[in-house]
Parts: sequence; C-alpha cells; structure tokens
Amino acid sequence: MYTITHLNELESESIYVLREVAAQFERPVILFSGGKDSIVVTHLAHKAFYPSRIPFPLLHVDTGHNFQETIEYRDALVKQLGATLVVASVQDSINAGRVKEETGYSASRNKLQTTTLLDAIEKYKFDAAIGGARRDEEKARAKERFFSHRDEFGQWDPKNQRPELWNIFNGKKNMGEHFRVFPISNWTEMDVWQYIYKERVPVPSLYFTHERDAFLRDGQWLAAEPCIKRKPGEIVQRKKVRCRTIGDITCTGLTLSKANSLEEIIDEIAATRVTERGGRADDKRSENAMEDRKISGYF
Amino acid sequence: MKQTGYLDMELLRFTTAGSVDDGKSTLIGRLLYDSKSIFEDQLEDIEICSRRRGNDEVNLALLTDGLRSEREQGITIDVAYRYFATPKRKFIIADTPGHVQYTRNMVTGASTADLAIILIDARNGILEQTIRHSYIAALLGIPRVVACVNKMDLVDFAENTFEEIKNNYQRVAERLEIKQVTFLPISAKLGDNVVTASANMNWYKGPTLMEILENTPLDREVDTNTRLPVQHVIRPISDQFHDFRGYAGRLSGGILRKGDPVTIFPSGLRSTITAISRHEQQLDKAFTPESITVQLADDIDVSRGDLIAGDGDAPLVEREVTLMICWFNERPAVTGNRYIVMQATRETVAILKTIHHVVNINTLEPETGQDTLRVNDIARVTIKTAKPLVFDPYAKNRVTGSLILVDPDTFETVGGGMILSR
Repeated sequence: MYTITHLNELESESIYVLREVAAQFERPVILFSGGKDSIVVTHLAHKAFYPSRIPFPLLHVDTGHNFQETIEYRDALVKQLGATLVVASVQDSINAGRVKEETGYSASRNKLQTTTLLDAIEKYKFDAAIGGARRDEEKARAKERFFSHRDEFGQWDPKNQRPELWNIFNGKKNMGEHFRVFPISNWTEMDVWQYIYKERVPVPSLYFTHERDAFLRDGQWLAAEPCIKRKPGEIVQRKKVRCRTIGDITCTGLTLSKANSLEEIIDEIAATRVTERGGRADDKRSENAMEDRKISGYF
Repeated sequence: MKQTGYLDMELLRFTTAGSVDDGKSTLIGRLLYDSKSIFEDQLEDIEICSRRRGNDEVNLALLTDGLRSEREQGITIDVAYRYFATPKRKFIIADTPGHVQYTRNMVTGASTADLAIILIDARNGILEQTIRHSYIAALLGIPRVVACVNKMDLVDFAENTFEEIKNNYQRVAERLEIKQVTFLPISAKLGDNVVTASANMNWYKGPTLMEILENTPLDREVDTNTRLPVQHVIRPISDQFHDFRGYAGRLSGGILRKGDPVTIFPSGLRSTITAISRHEQQLDKAFTPESITVQLADDIDVSRGDLIAGDGDAPLVEREVTLMICWFNERPAVTGNRYIVMQATRETVAILKTIHHVVNINTLEPETGQDTLRVNDIARVTIKTAKPLVFDPYAKNRVTGSLILVDPDTFETVGGGMILSR
C-alpha cells in the first residue's frame, strides 16, 4: 500500500495529456495568456518533455489591453524556456477589418479574440491548441473533454462530443479541423495555487496585493485604465488590490486584498465565497455566455 | 491550520448515476453545499435561473446541468464533472445521466471512477434502473459501491424498509460479483447521514456518506504487475544531453524501481531500468499512476505503443481478442466492419469478427443472434486486429485492458471495450 497525493496525481494526468498531444498532433501550440492557468500548463509542458525543450510554441492572443506586468512576465518566461512565442494581435484584426471594435462603457475586446485566435490557427496550421481552462471554472466548461474537437469553422458542438473513457484520448480529425486540449481540466483554483506554491512557480506580481487606481462598477472593482470608458459618477480611488484571474484589462475584476504571499493567497481562496469568474465581466453577459462563446470558437 | 498544510491529500474519483427523480442532484448539491464548495455567485445564478423557469424552490440540478439544452429540457445529457474537497480528501464527481438512452455517458463516467454511489429510492426499492446502474459499475470494474437508500424521510425512517432493500440488493451484488458494497440510509433532501449523522435513525450505527468518501481506502495494490506503456520517446538534440534517450509514459500498474529487469512487448527484448526521472528529479522508484521518464541499459528499439513490463506475469500479445463492448454511436456496428483501435498507447486496425451476444441491460440476460450493435448496446464481441495488441485482462488492469474503437470515416469514438481473459 502507498499513497499518491492529489497534486502528484493531477500533475501526472496533465503530463500524460501533454505527451499525448506531442504524440498525436503535428503542430500543437500552447495558448498563453499570462494568467496562472496557462503558466501552470507551460510549467507542466516543461516538465513533461525535459530534458528536451517544450516541443510547441506559445501563442499569445494579444488584445492590446494588457497589464504591463503580464507582457514583461511573458517575455521573461519565453526567454528562460528557450521557447518560441507567436503573438496574434486583435488590433491587427481590427485594422484588417476582420472584426469591429465594440463601443460604449462595457466595450471589450474579449469576444473579438475568437476571430484573431481562429485566424492564427489557420495561418500557422495549428492542429491542437492547448489551453488552461478548468472544468470547475464554469458550468459549460464542466462538460468539456480533455481533447475537444473543433470543426473546420473552429466551432464546438457540445451535444455531439466524443465520449472520453479511461485515459485514451482520440485526437483524430479531418483536414481543416483542429482540437482544443485542456490538460488541467480536473484541477480546481485551489489545486493550481497549491501547485504553484509547492513547485515554486513564479507568477506575475499582479496576483499579489498592490496599490492601483480602481473604480467600482456593478459591485466589481476594475482597473482605471484608458481602455475602459468610465461612466459619470464612477470615481477613481487608490486601492489595495490583487487579481484573482488575469485576462484582458477590461474584463479582469480586482479583488480588495492584502495577500502578499502564496500562503496568504491560498488562505484567502479557502475563505472566499465567490468563484474566481465571479469577477469576470465577460461571463455576466448572459446565462449561457460561456457556452455561446465556446461554441463559436472561444478558448 | 494554514491551508498550505493540505498539500498532500488523496484524490478520490466517484460516479453517481441516477434518473430525474431519485434525488441525485439533491445529493450532489448537498455534498457540495455542506463542504462549502458552492459559491455565492453560483447560488445566485441558479436562484435567478430557477425563478426564470418558474420553479418555487432553488433547483440544485442547475448546478450540474451546464448546457443550454440540458437546462431547457430539465435533463442531464452529458457527464458533468464536479469538484470538492474536505480537509481529508479532494473529490472528483462524474455526474452522469441515468436513463437507458444515456448508457454510453454512464459508461464514460464510470471508466475512471474509484467508487460508485448507487441511489435507491426507499419507497420503490430496487428497480430496473438500479440493476442497470449496478451492472455498469461492475462491468467497468469500479472497485467499490455505496448503495444509498434515499428518501428515508418518506418511509418514516423505518429500519425494516432499509433492511429489506439491503437484503435484496445484496443478491444483486452477488449476481454481479460486486465485492465491496456499503449500505446506508439517507435523506439527501434533509441531509440525514450525508454529511451529518441522522437524528432520525438512531438504529443506524455506521458512518455518514461523507465519512465513507473520506475514509474508503484507495486500492494501491503493490502486487500488480508493473506496466509502463510508452507514450513518447524523448531525445533532446543538445550538447548537454547528447546521448539521452528517455521513454516517457504513465506507470499503469505496479511499482517500477531503478535497476529492475524489464521486457519490452511485443518485441520480447530484455533490458534493465538505469534511471527513472521526473523533470530534474532522479527517483529510485515510481508508483502507479505517476508520469515518468525512464532510461534503459541497452540501446534497443523501443517506440510509442510498446509496453515496458516488469518481471512477473507477462502481458498477453494477441491478434484476436474477446471483449465486452459498449456501443456509443448512432451508426450501428455490423459484423465485418473495420475500425481503428486505440489501446493503451497502441494503435492498429481491427475487424469486428463476431458478436456473441448483446446484454439486455434491464434483465441482464444475454440475447444471441444479433449481427448488429446499436447505440447504447453492451455486447460480448471478438475483434481481429492487424497488429497484435499487448494487454492484460480488464479485470486485472483497467488501463492495459481497455480500448476504444474509432470510426475510420468520421474519426468519432464509437465503442469502448473491456478485454476479457482468454
């Protein structure tokens, strides 16, 4: 008799999935946002193929609305791993007339990313896009497979997913189709932080408490940055905040927090009564917001 | 205690199968709620959705029914995975729909489970669906079953009702050769014996469901034969690791030690494990189900799909195997059809040679004389493969003993099989 810890078992499962990707696909790519989940996926990929380099490039879909810290972190990590970085720019998609910028107070480039992402997948002929999505994040994601098939339009068909049994992953597809692969499907937010703590994985400083100009909208603190148009009466205040998730600035909620270390973040998450996506404006648009975005080819 | 003290919990995967009215969603809702795994914004979300649908009470099923069509129709269509943790363990629930037409989803959810919860309505006793769910649990080799007699509040918490159902179920379990069954009387709605002990059933002295989930030993048998299916060969082209050749895989049986003599299948070549590593860490031994990279003493031909096996029982190497199969696809399987087989890390082509019988999923009687498998059918079949499979019987090893069939035209996963011993 012996015991395997949950972090060891989750890590082994994720590494198994990443190695299946390397074995079954010709041109995989890691979708790298600079958030903790894609950081963990990249760390796992590094471990999975060591002492070889990660056999996939990283793809950053850049909305242009990034926190400066995210970009600095990304560039340092790429250099350290000796990885290849591909940047697909939403601004380029706007300039090329592929998408139209939203206007108004809640304008976000979040939705526009889908077109930029699908264009990049087509341009570089990526056949597997590896993401950091987790099933505990959101109800539509709770139903998604590790190997998630996308048709030639990049769309997900939630009602017609391939059964996924044991640890056998079927990555077979026709020309023009691709897969999204989610190696950390079974991880929770707590698992991710515990793992970052245990493995001493560096994360962007945004996750720790810092002072920032912020304003309150619909009960959610947002960063006072030029890319979010403030309504009359939305007053900027200096606050001690941290990010619980990191994405595009326009849809990243800030948490009032004094957590200054991984230990404190883990304690804070254990005590919190709101999910991490509770602060994401993109999910609040409708009951099935995530399912709808996923169907059309979102991350 | 600091939360960082909880880094070394164990992980238990369990499955719950049930139909609309048997209280499955209520039970899961209660486990999540009482372990503080439902968050305020999730509750708010389902409260709003329940109201919009004109429900008087908060419908906890909306927590797991994540897809639009499921919410619209009020049914569970697909497997949903849910997560919760207590200070003792982390849990993954595969929540599966219980209707006959979703047998394939039940099979999917059961394939990775360590434990199955079977819900029995105290008012109705053992029904066809109870037998069906139990059969699937047994077929997929789930090591432990917890039979929860639910809705005890509706039978006045009567001990004799519980005992009668228990006796009846024991006969079902014997017939299905389910070895480890635990019984307990619960009321998922009121919470009796779910997380807290029931004040209404003093006659029941056993553990609560949560205590069972927290304390059920996970089978980590050390006498299992050592199996390492090779996934990927790691060959860095660098000065530092010039001659490095590592075989990457997830240990799928037993323990592997540095210095162990091993045989590669199907070639039969022998060698010795000279190093086991996980990233930069060198290990003296590795345990199932760890993902590792190993190096061998000899420069021999080993590639993806090969199996590195320790001394002990050799795996079977055959081109004709008999299996129990569950058919997943609307497109029926006909004898003589050709499929792609994926088994452990191996891949080959197979012909469906014989359909011996189809199991009547409600009576469990074998029905012979069919040459076609339809969606949700469970059958005993023989396939003939182009390249040999390297396997153990499913009853001995759920990884090396399982396979899927893939349609060569659509590439869909159309069947899941459990290999029988010869």
